[in-house]
Parts: sequence; C-alpha cells; structure tokens
Amino acid sequence: MTFSIDVAFIIKAIIILLIFAITLLIATYSTYAERKVAAFIQDRIGPNRAGPFGLLQPIADAVKMFFKEDFIPSQANKWLFILGPCLSMLTALMTSAVIPFGDSVKYEAAPGKVWDVAVQAIDVNIGILYVFGIVSLGVYGIMVGGWASNNKFSLLGAIRAASQNISYEISMGLAIVAILMMTGSLSIRHIVEQQHGGNWNIFYQPLGFIIFITCAFAECNRTPFDLPECETELIGGYHTEYSSMKLGFYLFAEYINMFVSSAMIASLYFGGYNYPGMDWVQAKLIGATGEITGHNLATLVGTLVFFGKALFFVFFYMWVRWTLPRFRYDQLMNLGWKGLIPLAIVNIILTGGAILYLKPLVISLLK
Amino acid sequence: MQLTNRSKQVSNKEMTFAERIYLPAIATGLGITIKHFFQKKVTISYPEVKTNLGPVFRGRHVLKRDDQGRERCTACGLCAVACPAEAISMVAAERQKGEETLYREEKYAAVYEINMLRCIFCGLCEEACPKQAIYLRHDEFVPVFTERDQVIWGKDKLAEDMNNRYLRKAWTREEAHEQDIKGISAQPRTQL
Repeated sequence: MTFSIDVAFIIKAIIILLIFAITLLIATYSTYAERKVAAFIQDRIGPNRAGPFGLLQPIADAVKMFFKEDFIPSQANKWLFILGPCLSMLTALMTSAVIPFGDSVKYEAAPGKVWDVAVQAIDVNIGILYVFGIVSLGVYGIMVGGWASNNKFSLLGAIRAASQNISYEISMGLAIVAILMMTGSLSIRHIVEQQHGGNWNIFYQPLGFIIFITCAFAECNRTPFDLPECETELIGGYHTEYSSMKLGFYLFAEYINMFVSSAMIASLYFGGYNYPGMDWVQAKLIGATGEITGHNLATLVGTLVFFGKALFFVFFYMWVRWTLPRFRYDQLMNLGWKGLIPLAIVNIILTGGAILYLKPLVISLLK
Repeated sequence: MQLTNRSKQVSNKEMTFAERIYLPAIATGLGITIKHFFQKKVTISYPEVKTNLGPVFRGRHVLKRDDQGRERCTACGLCAVACPAEAISMVAAERQKGEETLYREEKYAAVYEINMLRCIFCGLCEEACPKQAIYLRHDEFVPVFTERDQVIWGKDKLAEDMNNRYLRKAWTREEAHEQDIKGISAQPRTQL
C-alpha cells in the first residue's frame, strides 16, 4: 500500500515538474514567437541567426541578460528593488498550479486497483478564486518595483499598472460570475468537465468572452493596454531602472502571465482539453490499446488539444499587439468603468434570465 | 485661400454605435495584419543573398589592365587630385627594359594606395582617369575589415585579376533597362 502511495506521489511530482517546465519553456519561446510574429506581420523575417530559424535566440537572450551589469540606483530602496521582480515572477508562476492541462493519467497500482491521477498540479474547489487572488497579487511586483526605483517615470508606470489592474479585475470577475452561474462550481476542472465535447461556454457566453479577453489583455499589460510600460511616454514604465536578469524577470513574468491567461481563456470558454468527437477517439484508443493505455493516450491527445488552444491565444495576444495602437489613459479608464463593467452586469442579468426562463423551456421542448 | 486641391473636408460627426464599440474596426485591423503575416517577406538576408545593385552602383575599386594584361595606370595623379576625400596616393616609377609586358606606358605606379576609411565612393577618380585605369565595381563591396592594416589597399588588392576580369554590362540605368527589354545577355558592350 505504501508503495502505491509513493507511486502516486511520484506521478504527481512529475506532473507538477512538467507543468512548471512547460510553462517556463512556453514563456521562453513566447519571446521568440513575439519577435517572429512581429516580423511576419511587418513583412520581415525576424531573428534567424542563432541556430536554425533563430531557434536558439531565447537562450542567447538569456545569456545576454545574465552577463549584463546588475545595476541598483543609489537612491533606490535596495530590498524592495530586488523584491519587485521576484514577486512578479513568483505570482506569475503560481497561477499555473490550478489549470487542468488534461483529463487524468491511469495506472494499475495492484491487480484490480486502478489509480487515477489528474493532469493538474492541484485540483482545489476554489480554483478561480485562487487564480484571481494570485493575479491581483501580481500587481504588487510592479507596484513595489516601480516605487522602489525612486524614479518619476517608474512610479507613474506603477500607479498606472495598479489602477488599470484594479479597474479591469472588476469586470473580469463579473464576466466570470456569469460562467459560475452556469456551472455552479468554482473548480476549474468542473467547469472544463461540463464543456464535454463541443459544448463550449463560448457558445453560451460570447459577450462574457469578449469582456473577459479584453480584461485579460489589460491584466497582462499587453497592447492596446500596455500603459504601465509605454516606451513613448514613460521610457520603460515600472522597469525603467531595471537591468540584467531583474529586467529579464519582469519581461519573463509578462510572458508567463500571457500563457496562463491564454490557458484560462481556453479552459473557461473553449472547453479546455475537450474537443468534438473526443468520446469516439477515446473509445477507438481503448479498443485498440486496452483500457488503461487507451485512456492515457486519449488524455495525451486532450492535453495536446488544450495546448493548441492556449498557444492560439498566445498568438492572438501577439497578433493584437502588432495590430492595435495603445489606448489613451482616459480612454482606458472610460472603457473599463463605463463600458465593460455595465456590460458585464448586463451579461449577468441576461445569463440569470436565461437560466431562469430559457433553460426550463428548452428542456421541456427537448422532452 | 486654396493652395492645392488636396485638402480634405474634416468632419466632426458623432461616431455610430458600430464605431464606438471598436470591435468591427479591430476585426478589420486584425484581418489586415494576418494578411501581411502570410505575405512574401521583403527582407533580403544580405550575406547569403545578394541583389543586383544596378549598373551604376559604385562599389570597391579595381585597377584595370588592358587585353594583354598590362597595367593601364600611368601614375599621372589626376585621380588623387580629383579625390575629394584625399584617399588616393601613389608613387610613380619609370618602366625598365623587359617590363613591357607588365606596364602599358613608360611611366607606371609603383605604389598605388587607397585609404578605404577615407574613400567616400563618389567615383570622381573614375571620371578623372584619362587612361580608363580605375573603376568602381558595380558588383562588389569593400568587404568588412576590423584591423588597421586592412584599411589601406595597395596594388595587391586593387589590380585586376586577369583570370576573373571585371566586365560591365551597361553604363547607365537606361542602358541596362534597354538591354533587359531587348533580352541581351550579360555580354559587355565595351571591352574595357
């Protein structure tokens, strides 16, 4: 018995390490992808000198970052200055813990005893709250870094980041409330499981999706809402004074956030690891390779589908970045408070009405 | 007062609902960028791919020889006088008996140097030369150099290689264009 528990522990540890490593890897190559997408959209080729197709470029960048002088301004608050990027990185990495990357891995511990390990770091029943909590902590990294730099531009960038994140978190939360009303659960795994097959939330919540993705752009400080670091106005915003790997951490945290929010969009609105015809695929695989292996292979396919969806949204982030110009600050606040929040409330009312009146009607019609 | 007829009437009309919610405009913009994403790229990967710079490009210098491989330069110094950057210097010498196969005239340049840091590639030396001895190649650059001793180019680098002679197809852009239309191959019109 202790043996089988150990195996479960090891499998879980491997899954957690894999998720960690894959998140980092994707964030690393997002920097490369960003440059390539930017280049392609601007009819250029992009980095192609380091390795084939420039694939070693992120590694070269990391080496460059490490060898740069690590400079701390003399008037800066030294400890907070160091704490800023650490907080950013920490919160960015923590969010990926509750995202269900796939269904589950089955293995036979003893004859007749099959263990089921979910492809997820931890399945907490307040997954969404956890993500929201961590994401709202993320602004502290920016805030602390910007304040500790003892620089007007950094401080302005940090204040912008803080006010922007606070404003957009509200409508983001309200957009999620509609989803929660539909599913009745805060666990992301439950929400994903309810979108079995092609029964994705996007078909029920198109308005909520638009609100959510707009807010996700603002939360990740991406164009068109990249006011905290807008080069043309604030030099570099909150990371003006940062150099070397501290700057690298800030930039890296942004890409991790991008991936995590893409994964969130994929699992909340686009069915996570569900895809049309998944039951058929699973039945075929089980028929071909047996109960346990078939299930595991089907899980693998689902995980790949999930990554496909998440990476599409990472691409979408970049696509939008190289399409839209930056919002003006008052436009940003107008959109957040006067546009998205009322819209999200309307969405909640509509969803509530639909659940109360439309759902029983549809069910009775189907009978 | 109307200065040109290119002025446009500015309107300050209220935005329609579709314009105010941004989304249709954003979708149009995304369509434009994704179209460019799949378009042919305009970048030329320079060291691997070299484009034709045109018939009148002024690249690295070459000291021409005549058909028998004799140097044309007589060290008259007109190129050095014409050079606005004062990049050219030379030392003249008298041709000895037995050197008739090396130099075309009785006087020749024993030393002929161009400082590639000073040269501005204006081509005035080419125009000044009465013996048609110096040309700026249209097909080759001065390669990148990183050491001080690579800056000044002597005759060893400048003199034409008889096995790989420098030939020019056309002397003006119009001429090259005409030849392209007529389909004349890359045969040189004038033997230099």
